[in-house]
Amino acid sequence: MNSDLRTPLARARGLGSAREGVHHWWAQRLTAIALIPLVVWFAISLVMMSGADYGAVRAWIGSPVVMVLLILTIAIGLHHGQLGLQVVIEDYVHGDGSKLALIVAVRFIAVLFGLAAIVAVLRIGFGS
Amino acid sequence: MSVANRPVHRPLSPHLQVYKPQLTSVLSILHRATGIALSVGALYLATWVIYAASNPNAYALFQSFNTSILGRIVLGGWLFCAFYHLCNGIRHLFWDAGYGFELKDAYRSGWIVVAVALIATVVSWIVGLRLV
Repeated sequence: MNSDLRTPLARARGLGSAREGVHHWWAQRLTAIALIPLVVWFAISLVMMSGADYGAVRAWIGSPVVMVLLILTIAIGLHHGQLGLQVVIEDYVHGDGSKLALIVAVRFIAVLFGLAAIVAVLRIGFGS
Repeated sequence: MSVANRPVHRPLSPHLQVYKPQLTSVLSILHRATGIALSVGALYLATWVIYAASNPNAYALFQSFNTSILGRIVLGGWLFCAFYHLCNGIRHLFWDAGYGFELKDAYRSGWIVVAVALIATVVSWIVGLRLV
């Protein structure tokens, strides 16, 4: 017996009442899985490079493997952080206006810092 | 005041302050707290990379803070948050997959998370401080 109150079409789409389905949840998990090896690598690197001088840190960032891993860590890490902060804001900020403003601000800041850091990595790697 | 506008005083579920802290709840709160700290710290680390792409003097200034006591506390604290959030995040992924919901398992995985995060943090601090 079918006890589901949704229409067959709604069930097939699986988008739920908010019309976006499990996209946010899934993106959070996908970025989390990707970050497991990246964060282990980054934490070790951070320990090793935390006292590095200008030349040493640039030589490190500029090597091809590090460039790729660092850009991945920056992009996926900030995306994951932004998704998590959005949930925190949605849980604790109840005014519609301030909630929206905070979520937008978090997204803008994440994109701004992420892009600036990626451009910095590319500049060091390609030497300009 | 119409019926529709009258404030409705529905019973509220008991919130955090009425519960005795337990390992499971403390670790859950810590997951959020470290997540927020990691996000803020990520902006600081991004700034580090941005300074590395600028001139040597600006980078040296930034690095002099990193190697100061306060800078060590910031970086060491970020590392603890990273190790904790990483370990507890893996715990969450197992829950998402449907494993480890028994109370005994939740406590055991919780203590494993605490132990691994603390060991990784202490090792990273010792190695990091020797390298400065």
